[in-house]
Formats: sequence, structure tokens, C-alpha cells
Amino acid sequence: MEIVDVKEKWSNVINAITLGATAAQGGTRGKTVTIGGQSTLPGLTFEGEIPNKPAVAGLITDVVSEDWPDVLKDSIGDVINSPAEWAQKLVEEQKVDMICLKLLGADPNGQDLPPDAAAATVKAVLEAVDVPLIFWGCGDEDKDNLVLPECSQAAKGENCLIGAATETNYRTMAAIGQADKHKLIGEAPVDINIAKQVNILLADAGFDLNDVVMCQVTAALGYGFEYVYTIFERVRMAGLKGDKQMALPQIANVGWEVWKVKEALAGEDQLPGWGKLAERGPRWEAATAAGYLQAGADLITLAHPDAIKITLETIEEMSK
Amino acid sequence: MGKEGRMIFIGERINTGFKDIKAAVEDKNPAAIHDWAKKQTEAGATYLDVNLGAVSADPADMCWMIEQTQSVVDTPISIDTNKPAILAEAIKVCNQPPLINSSTAAVEKMEVFLPIAAEHNASIIGLSMDESGSPKDADMRVEKAGMFVMTAMEMGIPPEHIFLDPIAMPMKFMQEQQQEILSAVRQYLLFSDPAPHIVCGLSNIANGTTHKALINRTFLVMAIACGMDAAICDVMDKDLVNAAKCAELIMNKEIYADAFAI
Repeated sequence: MEIVDVKEKWSNVINAITLGATAAQGGTRGKTVTIGGQSTLPGLTFEGEIPNKPAVAGLITDVVSEDWPDVLKDSIGDVINSPAEWAQKLVEEQKVDMICLKLLGADPNGQDLPPDAAAATVKAVLEAVDVPLIFWGCGDEDKDNLVLPECSQAAKGENCLIGAATETNYRTMAAIGQADKHKLIGEAPVDINIAKQVNILLADAGFDLNDVVMCQVTAALGYGFEYVYTIFERVRMAGLKGDKQMALPQIANVGWEVWKVKEALAGEDQLPGWGKLAERGPRWEAATAAGYLQAGADLITLAHPDAIKITLETIEEMSK
Repeated sequence: MGKEGRMIFIGERINTGFKDIKAAVEDKNPAAIHDWAKKQTEAGATYLDVNLGAVSADPADMCWMIEQTQSVVDTPISIDTNKPAILAEAIKVCNQPPLINSSTAAVEKMEVFLPIAAEHNASIIGLSMDESGSPKDADMRVEKAGMFVMTAMEMGIPPEHIFLDPIAMPMKFMQEQQQEILSAVRQYLLFSDPAPHIVCGLSNIANGTTHKALINRTFLVMAIACGMDAAICDVMDKDLVNAAKCAELIMNKEIYADAFAI
């Protein structure tokens, strides 16, 4: 019996984005990382090219998150108090491709640290490791509008990825990205239409969409994961079909979102029958990551060393 | 739309039917060509139609127009000629695979034009008419277009390189033809999987009328609803382009964003 050819012929290629800049490129990174550039959906190497593997960014915070459970903090160890040493450990021991620094300390509802403190942390991390850096604001837009420009300037020329441009702050973000030669994360609140809108606005503000990575507020497994999964897929398919405003690499901020949900926080006394939290937490994180990789994520943030290990193996498996 | 998910706009303005382009070719002063190439590209043209018209029969003049266009933009060219001698030379100077505009479904035409398209990996418009003349109804449009698709595919031209033209006719003078055109468009979608592209010379629709822009725009929206995904048109008409984009959104051909209109 003849086997029907089910290959899709996509008409477009997803943008490839290189993060980090070596000395020759005006930065101080020892290596750069390229994501995107594929002409098919994840794993379907028989119908298109997947020139770059998804990358893993080890998630660190400038101040210790009060919301993180002990199982996560203990797995990180004492370095959790020093972003620079924490980053080093992630690169040397966990072999992450890059670092993602969440500038939690600036949060007005938390420590409310000034912009120069955040910038100093960015500098310290850049000096401590030679991989590309993502840095992400605290999420309070007014504060981030002060913090991110200062951090951007401190990292000038390093070709960092900055999070995040939204429908409301895109002008500021486009300006700092252009001025200091960084890439931007365009973020939308679990909404594919707003995701496209952010991209159009960034392009209208003169920012090159070849320098943008798309992000949906990333739902953990069990908390709207399926919905965000379908958004990742729809974005990717629209991009492959020729929608240039959607043909962008995508980041899943798994490490930041997973450690907020019951399954990664509650001990076996609260969730009898769910297994030990020390194993369950990182596995919840790794399972969420595996899902997003299959949906089309090009870049994943992860916090727990075990989740990083499992996810790097998953990426190897998918890339065979 | 179709595979690409969006409307293919073929900018009609680099045509010696317009005085400034005619003068540009006669005087070999490329300013007007440069200007329209840039303006139409900025307005979102997918292809730039280049038409030498009756100004000259010398292929070198057509090549000059294409080269001037390509010197300021990298938008692919639509080579607008029914003369094989001009096409054969013009296609050689195109930097990217062009759109050939056009062949009819007459055997002697297809035998000349289709091999050139296949050889150059070009796309080609097939008019749904042959030596017997213009189509009178939907059935004839389907018959002639079907002949064109079949012949083109036999020569190895994939459906995504085929543009079927049901032949737009002036509404004012041939009102009864408009429904026939739309009916043919719906049937073209069934010719192949993926379906061929479907195109028309939109400005014909409003010929001789007072409310040209409104008539062209309304026809295009209705044609998009039937499956049309390309138009040779005035891409500088923002209302037209926006209406087409809106129609694509309504047809769920593209993902909505608030800033979809230009």
C-alpha cells in the first residue's frame, strides 16, 4: 500500500536570533547562543530544517525569593545569596546555555531596591560568567521603566535579551534596546492577539522584529498550560505559513512560573499520594518544560538543577 | 492567503499606461519608476507589476524598467506582457523568481509561456479564456482555468505558483458577469490541494463608474470571501488594502491584532 506523504510545505522560516556578543562583536561573552531559524514544527526534521536546538537559561534572582520553597532553595545551596556565584555554578555544574536574571529586588512591594542596585547585579553576573544574559524586570511597569534602562546601559554592547516589552511600555523598551544594542522579549498576558499587537507596536517604534523573542505569561502544568501550549503552536504555525509578525522565536519562562503552584510547593502532608515534594517539584518543572518544547519553545528558563538536567536530556532526545 | 496566510497585492502602477511612466521609458529617466517602486513597496505590495505596454516592442526597454525597479527595492517583479520575446529576455534580469502576467488557456500560448515559467521557477497568471474569446459565464471560466491548471501541473509547475484569473469585467457594463466571476472563484478552490492562487485585475471592475474606489473595494472583499487571495490593484489605496486585510481576518486567514490596518 502506498504511504501517503504527509509532509507540510511551509512557506516561511522562523527568525534566527543570536544572543550575547563576543569581544569581536563589541561585548565580553565567551560564547553566543543562536535560537530559532527553523522551517518546521518541533521534532519534524523529515519535513524541514531545525538548525538550532532550544536553549536552556538557568534562572537566578538578585534577591532571594520569599515565595520559593525550601526544596528549591536547598537544591541551589548557599550561592543563592550571591547572583554571581549562583550564575557560575549554573554554567559550570548544570551546563546551562545562558543565564536569566530576574530583578526581583526592585519590586516596590518587596525590597524596592534602587535601579543602580539592579544594574550592579547585572554587571556582577556579566563579569562572573561568559554566557549570554537575559535580564527581566520585577514586573511593576513604572519601576521597570526606571530599572531596565539603567541595567541596559550597564550591559551595553553585550547583546542581552531584556524582558519584557508590553503593549504599554514598548516605546521605552524599543529605545533602550536600540541604544544599547540588546534584544527584547515581547510579552503578552496569555493572549495571541496582544502578542501580535506587541510585535506590530515594536516594529512601528522602529525596533527590528529580527531582534525580538515572543513570550506568553507562561502557565505551569495544571494552571492553563494547555491554553498557552496552543498559543505557542498557533504562533509558530502562523509564522511558518508566512506571517512575518509571528515568525519569531518564543521563550517559556518555566522556572519563574512553576514554583508558584501547589504541586511544586505543597509537601506530602498536604498532598498525600503525590509523592515527595523534593522530587515532585523539579519533575513538575521538567514536565512543564517538556510540554513547551513540544509546543515550539526555543528558549526555556529553569530554576531547579534536577529540572535543568532532565530538560537538557529532553532537548538532546528531541534533537536526535 | 492560502499557504502564506495573507493577501498577495500586485502593485499596478509601473505601467506605461500612466503618463509619468511612459515619459520615464521614452526619456530613459528612471525617477518615476524609482518613486513608484518605493511607494508601492512601502504600501505593502507583494509584487510590482511592470508593463511596457505599446510604448516599445524592444525587450531591452522592458529589461530597463525591471532593472530600474530592482535598483531601489527587492520586491519581486510581475512581468506584464503577452509577448513571448519580451518575456524571454525580461525574466533573465529578474533577481527573484517573478510572476508572469499572463498566459491564456489557449494551447499555443501555454506551450510557450508555461515552459518559461517552469524553467525559471516563476509563478504565472492563467487567464480563464482561450482563442474562442472572453468567458461568458462561470462554467466557461471553470473550464478554461481547469485546462490551465492541468497543463501547468503536467509541466511540473506546483499549485502555489499558479494564479488563476477569472477575468474581471466592468460592473457598469456587464453587471450580470459579476456573480459568474465570484461563482468561478469558489470553484477554483477545488482544483488542487493546496488550491492555486486566485487573482484578478481589480481596477477593471470599476471601469467607467463614478465611485471607483468603493466598487473595487466592495468587489475585492466579496471575492476574498469566495477564496480570492491576490489582486492586481492600486496598493496606494489604503481603504482598499485595509478592507482586504479585514476580510482576511473575517475569513480567519490571519491572526487578529488591534493594529492590523495601516
